[in-house]
Amino acid sequence: MILVTVGTQLAFDRLVEAVDLWLERNPSEKAFAQIGPAEYRPQHLESQDFVRPDQADLLFSKADLIVSHAGMGSILTALKYKKPILIMPRRAALGEHRNDHQLATAKWLGGKPGVTVAWEADDVARFLDDRANLRGGEGISEFASPELIANLKNFIHS
Amino acid sequence: MAHRRKKLLAVASGGGHWVQLLRLRPAFEGADVEFMSTNSAYAKDVGGHLYAVTDANLWNKLALLKMFAEVAWVMLKVRPDIVITTGAAPGFAAIFFGRLLGARTVWIDSIANSEELSNSGKKVRRWASAWVTQWRHLAADDGPAYWGAVL
Repeated sequence: MILVTVGTQLAFDRLVEAVDLWLERNPSEKAFAQIGPAEYRPQHLESQDFVRPDQADLLFSKADLIVSHAGMGSILTALKYKKPILIMPRRAALGEHRNDHQLATAKWLGGKPGVTVAWEADDVARFLDDRANLRGGEGISEFASPELIANLKNFIHS
Repeated sequence: MAHRRKKLLAVASGGGHWVQLLRLRPAFEGADVEFMSTNSAYAKDVGGHLYAVTDANLWNKLALLKMFAEVAWVMLKVRPDIVITTGAAPGFAAIFFGRLLGARTVWIDSIANSEELSNSGKKVRRWASAWVTQWRHLAADDGPAYWGAVL
């Protein structure tokens, strides 16, 4: 199952439409999308605006591939479950976010094990055609770096 | 000599901010911790209880006002010694009221902000006892500190 998610805040029609159009050509593929407060209503993709956090967690754990905006919640969850994630950054110029921090995230994490970047909507279909070659990462530690934990502990107990 | 356990309020709005806050939990051992977020369903992540407040950002003034009032109420009820937040706007509000109420406060800017600090992160500076970025290259002697990262 391919899980598409745009995160908890904003719609991301450009991404949802790209996957929807790909599914039109690949009707046997199973997919589910969490699309936020969207205008674009997918025709070939089962969707919900939002899902409960525990349901989202279950969907991540069951998915074979995550297709997502370049948000840290989605990326950290995909890495935790060792699922391949295809991220497309939101662009402020298109009204998709308030600034371009997702472009920075995509530059930073693109190419790391498990993470692939679709810079443009056209790239989404290309990577989905080639999805057999998208592999999950090796997993990440459950918690923040020991350095950050130690510094916080120090602050709390000083 | 036995010390009183510190009362800690851990705050994050939904999505990535919340996921990052959960990754800090080992640091909270030894303190009495309460959580505040924007979705009551997150209670399951933290053993059953959290304070839920309205989701708001700096671009919606009415929701922002409501959220600030709700955060103030929680702060008066919990009276934390320490506030730790990974953002965004509700974390700003918690640090603001926390400081007024004498708490020590930590702002940890989201790891998503790898090229510059978030908007809330820039604005919160004067209220945060510790003002922290997760990026070494954004840290400076007269700027935010680098304490490590959630990843």
